[in-house]
Amino acid sequence: MERILSYRDAVREATAQEMARDPSVIVLGMGVTDFEGVYGTTQGLAQQFGGDRVFDTPVAEEGMTGIAIGAALAGLRPVHVHIRMDFLLLAMNQLVNVAAKARYMYGGAVSVPLVVRAIVGRSWGQGAQHSQGLQSLFMHIPGLRVVAPTTPYDAKGCLIRAIRDDDPVIFIEHRMLHMHRGHVPDTAYEVPFGKARVLAPGRDITLVGISYMAVEALRARALLAESGIDAEVIDPVSLSPLDSDTIVGSAARTGALLVVDNGWTNCGASAEIVARTAERLQGQTPIRLQRIGFAPVTCPTAKNLESLFYPDAPRIAAAAHMLVRGVAASWPSASRAAELVEFRGPF
Amino acid sequence: MNSVPSAASFYRALRRIRRVEEEIARVYPTDAIQSPIHLSIGQEAISVGVCEALEPADVVFGTYRSHALYLAKGGDLNRMIAELYGRATGCAHGKGGSMHLIDVEHGVLGASAVVGTTIPLSVGYACALRLTRRPAVVASFFGDGAADQGVFHESLSFAALKRLPILFVCENNHYAIHSPLAARQPLDNIADRPAIYGIPAVTIGDGDVLTIHGAARHAVAEIRSGGGPRFIECVTCRWKQHVGPGDDFAAGYRSRAEAEAWFNRDSVRMLGAGLDQGTRAAIDADVDAEIRDAFALAERSPYPDEDALYADLPGGS
Repeated sequence: MERILSYRDAVREATAQEMARDPSVIVLGMGVTDFEGVYGTTQGLAQQFGGDRVFDTPVAEEGMTGIAIGAALAGLRPVHVHIRMDFLLLAMNQLVNVAAKARYMYGGAVSVPLVVRAIVGRSWGQGAQHSQGLQSLFMHIPGLRVVAPTTPYDAKGCLIRAIRDDDPVIFIEHRMLHMHRGHVPDTAYEVPFGKARVLAPGRDITLVGISYMAVEALRARALLAESGIDAEVIDPVSLSPLDSDTIVGSAARTGALLVVDNGWTNCGASAEIVARTAERLQGQTPIRLQRIGFAPVTCPTAKNLESLFYPDAPRIAAAAHMLVRGVAASWPSASRAAELVEFRGPF
Repeated sequence: MNSVPSAASFYRALRRIRRVEEEIARVYPTDAIQSPIHLSIGQEAISVGVCEALEPADVVFGTYRSHALYLAKGGDLNRMIAELYGRATGCAHGKGGSMHLIDVEHGVLGASAVVGTTIPLSVGYACALRLTRRPAVVASFFGDGAADQGVFHESLSFAALKRLPILFVCENNHYAIHSPLAARQPLDNIADRPAIYGIPAVTIGDGDVLTIHGAARHAVAEIRSGGGPRFIECVTCRWKQHVGPGDDFAAGYRSRAEAEAWFNRDSVRMLGAGLDQGTRAAIDADVDAEIRDAFALAERSPYPDEDALYADLPGGS
């Protein structure tokens, strides 16, 4: 029988299994030992592995990131947890100037086996500083790998892969995915970086959905089916390295690519994917290209404005319809995602 | 702990560093070294005094002004000069330059071009030593400019909280590039600050290598016996310009007069003067020969292969 687990439990299980396997794995971050355990993703780890290996930290993101990197230089494998990705902005010097560069600028003399878990918030008025999907900032930097798994299966496998990696990995998890459930084997398995996952096959258009937007893209696919449009949905899983081959191959077949990011489009992950596809297919294959993402504003808190800020299944379907058919179509906003409707704050 | 090194031994260490940097400064106008050099000349006694109190297994982290620290901790001279020359045989294979010296085998865990950046790395390393029950200690070197940074406080606070085996060494030369301490900080010293985190601190005001060494031995012994972090502020003087081979007293932001006092109590010269002529001459000759060889070796060493551009990138290209 299939083993069904939530995303949050998959993250927790991956961490626990790696900690049991390798005594050099440690977990640190604000709240990792408290009664909530970062939405349950670190629950019980301190009890199981002790306070030396699982510990709470001061509210000092730059300092603690440097400390995690220093521990990694000494041979540990820290998993540094941030309950909001926005907080990584305080740690950019350490992440960009040290974690990403140490191995290269020291000619291979050291490496930094660090995992940074970054949770992207949404809903219940998370607003300007609790909702940012900053993946493109990290994708820009050589030396940082960036993964944003969507399914519980990939969450577990990517986290195990990240912990075992000798180099730094930014592991992005969307708050709305934590309660998603799916097939998760109980063994410790790795999901390789740089391999996209085709979540659903299709002939007419390629929808690439990043992180939580892969879920919305799947919903859009169902809406598009009502119009007889057959959409292929691809989850890149790993943003850096990026599996261009799978995405470009699909776009070449369908003739249309719509990239949906849980982030801004300007210089964003979606811009990179569209650019790579255009570079590869120009002059060879007729291709229609588009990207959608956050509205180009700061995330507002009023529910109606917040709903406009994010791409959703109806808007993704409408954009796809226009790309495929060249005419507008619309779907009622009533088809909004259940987890967004059901989510209750405060956090 | 080892016994206190002899005066001759201190002299050798200091003289060697001084002469290496003088040679770097001499060669620099030829453009053979195309790397921003931040000379330690005038500040060598701090690295030597502290590192002579450390064991080989102990670890240091430094700043972009770390030629002295690298050599004092036992970093390989040939590989350092080759690194400055951008050669494949350099300590970072020609990819780090003067500001990113490293020699893991000898406990030199790197240096950063960004002020304050290695302080938390040092603390994290000490944290890992504790966790893995290794007996070594970490010495974290930084300047007074680093005490401007928030991460200085974050790092001290955490080190104190966890009572980590770390020695903080502040080289206070009163200038961050050209900005004087008085324009940047409300206090005229650094050592009062560790006290608010419960870290015992001392200030060595005169740059004397033996005084610094004594303070470091004492601090390291306390750290090794589980006393938690210690802090030494060493007041010093940067004889040369912030970056580059010359001096800059004509620039107007500081006077030669304030440096004169430091010229007059130069540890290199004073220790040398206390040795007998023969001992001193032998050390000088040894040191000069080693340096000559290192520069000659760097000159004839190969540049990195072009495919090295993509080597050692975390995660691959």
